[in-house]
Amino acid sequence: MDSRAAQPGGPPISHPRQADTPKAYPIGTLPDPARGPWALWQAFRLRTRRQMLLARAIRRRTQLTPATDRTANIAAGDVLCFLCLRNEAQRLPFLLAHNRRLGVRHFLVVDNGSTDGTLALLRDQPDVSVWQTGASYKAARFGMDWLTWLMLRHGHAHWCLTLDADEVLIYPYWQTRPLQALTGWLDGQGRTSFGALTVDIYPKGPVSAAGHRPGDNPVDHLPFFDAGNYQVQVQPRMGNLWIQGGARARAFFAQTPRRAPTLNKTPLVRWHWRYAYVNSTHAVLPPHLNRVYDTEGGELTSGVLLHTKFLPEIITRSAEEKTRGEHFADGAQYAAYYDRLTEDPTLHCAASTRYTGWRQLEALGLLSRGGWI
Amino acid sequence: MTVGIVMLCHTALHRAAQVARHWATQDCPVVIHLDRRVAEGDRAQLAAALADLPDIRFSARIACDWGTFSLVQASITAATQMLRDFPGVGHVYLASGSCLPIRPVAELQAHLAAHPTTDFIESVTTADVGWTVGGLNKERFTLRFPFSWKKQRRLFDGYVALQRRLGVSRKIPDGIVPHLGSQWWCLTRTSLQAILSHPDRARNDRYFRHVWIPDESYFQTLIRQVSSRVESRSLTLSKFDFQGRPHVFYDDHLHLLRRTDAFVARKIWPQADLLYDTYLSPTADHAPRLEPTPGKIDRLFAKAVERRLKGRPGLYMQSRFPTKARGGNRSAAPYGVFEGFADLFPDFHQWLARVADARVHGHLFAPDRVQFAGDERVFKGGLSDSAALRDYNPRSFLTNLIWNSRGERQCFQFGPGDAQEIAPFLAGDPNASIMIVSGAFVIPLWQSGLPFAEIRAEAARLQKVEADFIELLNAPDTKARIHVWTLADLVEDRVEPLQQIVDGLNPRAPHRMTELPQMVDLTGFSAFLQELRNQGMQPVLMGDVPDTTGQPGADRGLSRPQLAK
Repeated sequence: MDSRAAQPGGPPISHPRQADTPKAYPIGTLPDPARGPWALWQAFRLRTRRQMLLARAIRRRTQLTPATDRTANIAAGDVLCFLCLRNEAQRLPFLLAHNRRLGVRHFLVVDNGSTDGTLALLRDQPDVSVWQTGASYKAARFGMDWLTWLMLRHGHAHWCLTLDADEVLIYPYWQTRPLQALTGWLDGQGRTSFGALTVDIYPKGPVSAAGHRPGDNPVDHLPFFDAGNYQVQVQPRMGNLWIQGGARARAFFAQTPRRAPTLNKTPLVRWHWRYAYVNSTHAVLPPHLNRVYDTEGGELTSGVLLHTKFLPEIITRSAEEKTRGEHFADGAQYAAYYDRLTEDPTLHCAASTRYTGWRQLEALGLLSRGGWI
Repeated sequence: MTVGIVMLCHTALHRAAQVARHWATQDCPVVIHLDRRVAEGDRAQLAAALADLPDIRFSARIACDWGTFSLVQASITAATQMLRDFPGVGHVYLASGSCLPIRPVAELQAHLAAHPTTDFIESVTTADVGWTVGGLNKERFTLRFPFSWKKQRRLFDGYVALQRRLGVSRKIPDGIVPHLGSQWWCLTRTSLQAILSHPDRARNDRYFRHVWIPDESYFQTLIRQVSSRVESRSLTLSKFDFQGRPHVFYDDHLHLLRRTDAFVARKIWPQADLLYDTYLSPTADHAPRLEPTPGKIDRLFAKAVERRLKGRPGLYMQSRFPTKARGGNRSAAPYGVFEGFADLFPDFHQWLARVADARVHGHLFAPDRVQFAGDERVFKGGLSDSAALRDYNPRSFLTNLIWNSRGERQCFQFGPGDAQEIAPFLAGDPNASIMIVSGAFVIPLWQSGLPFAEIRAEAARLQKVEADFIELLNAPDTKARIHVWTLADLVEDRVEPLQQIVDGLNPRAPHRMTELPQMVDLTGFSAFLQELRNQGMQPVLMGDVPDTTGQPGADRGLSRPQLAK
């Protein structure tokens, strides 16, 4: 059935070795998946890497102290949400409400030393389990070691949603169909992972101008986004996408585009205890989970994470993060970025688009129903 | 006479119970077949929930596997029981536990009463079936399928391939003409009885036991032997995705379900409270039924399959990233690339915007900055004019630009002085129209007044770049539309090339070209080329530019006869 099968007598198919494998495949250069001994060797190396990540996570479990453990309430088939956060009392009420509405049944949260009442707020929720840690976020692979442990322990065989506190998940029909409908569709399609693009949303004026009170829908205060400046590549090693661009690349990384934030994520995975996120939720092992895109020309079902970073609090937070240096592996490179954020930037421009809903995002090509009706 | 419902159930039993109650309380006897794998506790719960209804029976339980004869066996057992226990049943309707009646039961009863001898079953000969997945139509009946398609896929595929290779096939029994169709049917008592008590029944069952997915062919085939009147359509609305899996209906499909002419819909999401409440409540609000438009629904689902399989050409995003062979090297819409024209015609830009009805950009790939039309800093969709950002991923830049401005033709200038990394993409993109005046890049150099040594070095460099580009375009795998004229061609006759450009960009333009762009005064240019030669450079791309001294080509073109075509 596969018309691309190698023709007998054709030239032997050669696969590039490490030395001439490009850093990333831009549009129109993606080859078919490699086979043969070299591919097996690569797969073996990734397996080792995954095992290392799991070992790290297991080792670092001791850094977590349970504050409220309600995981006994988790039932088979529940959709779980994993969060690692710090000082998010302002975003939390909406975050919990939105994800509950989507059908998340239990939240498993790591609180990394909040000082603004986040912990108390979390402990009051009937469907939240909280672990505390004062250890370094950066040393714990930006919190991923902690979450990997919790997912290993509690996420097996569940659909697991891993989010940052400033991300709002949007997928086709999200207002009328809960996550159980989406995961049912994905199961039926034989898919175990779901891709989403991070879209920065921002206010009309300078970021300090967006009023926001706890519980408010941040999307109401940040109604604009960049609709069509996302740069797509695929990284050869794990087959994961590498999408950059959006408002931050345009405004802050126009001269250093390579350092612009990575925007592709795989936030929703039907978890197995052997799985491990590699780099935030941008890439995950084993690599087949990274294939959230169709390579035959079609479209798979995908979503968007509306990124509510640009609320007024970003100004003080950026100044603090710059000194904490917990957010980038090579923090010094990003000093200028933090400085710009501290200066109350304006991201809005004449080409900005006002957000109206997922159907608009689909028409713009930022997400896809992928055959789901 | 009434209609009896045979329900095949295995999951979401609370919903099945609701639906069974709905049927039974409206004079439709129900026989439920419950998959043998359903846990005893769940069975007991279901039985208890329906215990108060005498017209609901449970048939002998069989473990059902998709694609095997067990499903047919379950239908036969339940249907036999239905015919035996309920003599008042005139039609038997086969449904599943996830089916939902979407029209009043009375309407179905009236419809069947009006057609007492009609069998409603989709039944299509294998040659005419368009919807089977995996290319197995006829072969369902002639090969053997001992392996599970779902659990032993490799063995399944391998064994099919082996049988094809060896050319083995089973003999189709006499009198059987293979037909396929939806497994959800509604047959008359007479026809069903005739199938079930057919003298060849044992032989037929033996044969169909090894046919693949017999639930889509057993009754569909045998009905042709016994029925006097087959209406080949299913009364159940059931849609499939490209892998042959049934689509699920959710609450937001209520409006769509109101527009179908079917009586039952499959399959309904168990948590679709609104659908179940709407269609099963005793005061069922069936009133706002709309004019049925089954064609529209078919198109909607066909479009979804197309979106899943073909996607939107020219879109690259987190769930669509085709390989090169699968359309990975194309943009969303046709666009024009112009090399050299702006050097030869200083007002080319304005002229093109006027005649071509297009958005005309400057040099999008200029080394210092992206020259968007109107000198914008940020173009549609948030594309920045930063050259660094563009050069970081030029293919995304260009495909984004074309995608963002669908519906409006884009044109831009290109040249050997621009960043060339995009060139292979342009050459391979079937949507690109690349028009080149080769050698025109020397005109700005000639006019620059720079020291001649610098001009000579720069001219040699640019000529190399342009020659490489043209060579790339001449490669056999080029998909772009290409036109290359030499500078000499254009100086000789500019009308024909310009007319071609306009025709290409705007084929439905009502009028012929009435104005031409102004050409640079080339007085002394051929002497300049000679000087380049004298200095040891070989200007090959320009062609043999005539000495136009004293007759600047300004108005020569319009008087030429080509225009009178």
